[in-house]
Amino acid sequence: MKILVTAKRVEDPESKIKVKPDGSGIVQEGLKYKINPFDEIGVEEGLRLAAKHGGEVVVVSIGTKDVQEQLRHALAMGATRAVWVNHAGALDQLGIAALLQKVVEKEKPDLVVLGKQSIDDDQNQVGQYLAEFLGWGQATFASKVESLESEAEKNKVPAVALTADGKAVRVVREVDNGLATLEVQLPAVVTTDLRLNQPRYASLPGIMKAKSKPIEELTPEKLGVDVTPRIQVLKMSAPPARKAGIKVPDVATLVEKLHNEAKVV
Amino acid sequence: MDFQLTESQRALQDAARKYAREVVRPKAAHYDETSEFPKDLLSAAFELGLINMAIPSEYGGLGLSHLEQVMVCEELAWGCAGVATSLIANDLANLPIILHGTDDQKKRLLTPFTQKVKFSSFCLTEPGAGSDVAAMSTTARREGDHYVLNGSKCFITNGGYADQFTVFATVDKAKKHKGITCFVVEGRPQGLTTGKHENKMGQRASNTTTVTFDEVRVPVANRIGEEGQGFLVAMATLDNSRPLTASISVGIARAALEHSLDYSAQRQTFGKPIREHQGVQFMLADMAMNTHGARLLTYESAWVLDQGQRNTLQSSYAKCFAADMAMKVTTDAVQVYGGYGYMKEYPVEKLMRDAKLIQVYEGTSQVQRLVIAKELFK
Repeated sequence: MKILVTAKRVEDPESKIKVKPDGSGIVQEGLKYKINPFDEIGVEEGLRLAAKHGGEVVVVSIGTKDVQEQLRHALAMGATRAVWVNHAGALDQLGIAALLQKVVEKEKPDLVVLGKQSIDDDQNQVGQYLAEFLGWGQATFASKVESLESEAEKNKVPAVALTADGKAVRVVREVDNGLATLEVQLPAVVTTDLRLNQPRYASLPGIMKAKSKPIEELTPEKLGVDVTPRIQVLKMSAPPARKAGIKVPDVATLVEKLHNEAKVV
Repeated sequence: MDFQLTESQRALQDAARKYAREVVRPKAAHYDETSEFPKDLLSAAFELGLINMAIPSEYGGLGLSHLEQVMVCEELAWGCAGVATSLIANDLANLPIILHGTDDQKKRLLTPFTQKVKFSSFCLTEPGAGSDVAAMSTTARREGDHYVLNGSKCFITNGGYADQFTVFATVDKAKKHKGITCFVVEGRPQGLTTGKHENKMGQRASNTTTVTFDEVRVPVANRIGEEGQGFLVAMATLDNSRPLTASISVGIARAALEHSLDYSAQRQTFGKPIREHQGVQFMLADMAMNTHGARLLTYESAWVLDQGQRNTLQSSYAKCFAADMAMKVTTDAVQVYGGYGYMKEYPVEKLMRDAKLIQVYEGTSQVQRLVIAKELFK
């Protein structure tokens, strides 16, 4: 089974994010970056599927040379090889999906597993566009019935289950009022939700091995994709700062304020 | 000169940091309180390759540079110094083999550590011979193709859990340091006994026992170097291990600094957070400056080894400065926390107890100064 996964480079959620005074973007100096956590869950699921059914996991990222750090992280986790689409400018979701489509057509995987969204711009569109462009089935927000403390999770059992004939996968999806199980014909696109798995740690031997794993370089030109964005970010602004709370002298004042000012009781 | 970490160094550091933050930190107070052996944490470290970092790649190790090892070790100690000491105890015990063993000895005695969780102990210190190594009284008597060891060692890290022991003993006490010889005892043979786990002030997650040898037989094939070379083997080992112990100090101090920065932003006195008081700012600035200074000395002492050069001077600078610095920084951290800092409910008094040990083990701060002076007079 050949599985294609993604590794978008995003700001580390533990970094302090500041918006530039002119609202044109965020201050990048001093920021730390990491693999998009939803993509990391996708890499983990890919590795579990490959461990169970054999095959390889190919990881893709788009961006400047810096994204090699995220590709190496996925390689250190155990991915077989990497594809780097070298691109420096702005990209929108359509552009990303169009580039991934070309990579998929080149690599011909049985399954594409990617994060349901990236934690920087929270668009939640690429997986859906990609399935549409490819004309493949899709199962979004993949999750599982078992908890993240279950035996199945400890034993790294893939939650995305290949059917007996090997022609489809069963995917448990998170939906508003619970879980829904889908069966989707391969090849297919799966996007991951938070409770699909607990990604493994990159080990030191993994990191050392990753150094010699191949990273293939492609460009939008080589793939024949016009990535001129159709969406433009006009302005970014920080949410208004929270006002400091107040101290009340006694319970009676608290109840009075909750009743008359906050109007919650 | 390049102060920029490489992508791979950052990856190693991140991996160790993640283990320290998510695996070690949540359990650190528990193991400090109970002084139990943190087997689960050490097994997890083995799975991630965070133990036996010094074993060369030819023998199944990772082939990390000394610089990479100290970067990783700082993270481990940031999680818990006792756990870090348990983890690098194998390196200390195996360094004599790495530095002076034959190819056959390295294959036999190092490779098993890369295949399963296994502990080794470095047995140098005796009740009557600490920094004064030449006063050693454990003896080795040659009998055919074996040596027979007799004597007692103390303060041995991982003694209760080790199944390999790197032992220093004298073949002729009259020869003083020229009689000292290094041996590797495999398993726990008859005549080898370990005492109770010592009830220590700090680094309580690391196991510390006496190890006694009563007519313990070691094959000649397990003698590291020649007869009488043991002193040199021990000194070369300590030159190599001092950057690692220095990095433990840096990790402890960084933890103390971070806790102090957080706490001083929350705690209010006289109507403002205490970190807006100049007296506290001076302490925080000194903590940060000294922690970073110690880190740079530590990196340099490891870098010199990576250049294949002798680092006796630099590693003593690093170990001594870092140990004394960590003691001061952690004491100040308790001061920043005030009364709460003295309570076990808060994390900084543990750091102060953990730091103290580094001024003592692997050559006291006083002995480091003797080494430094001796190097300066050369």
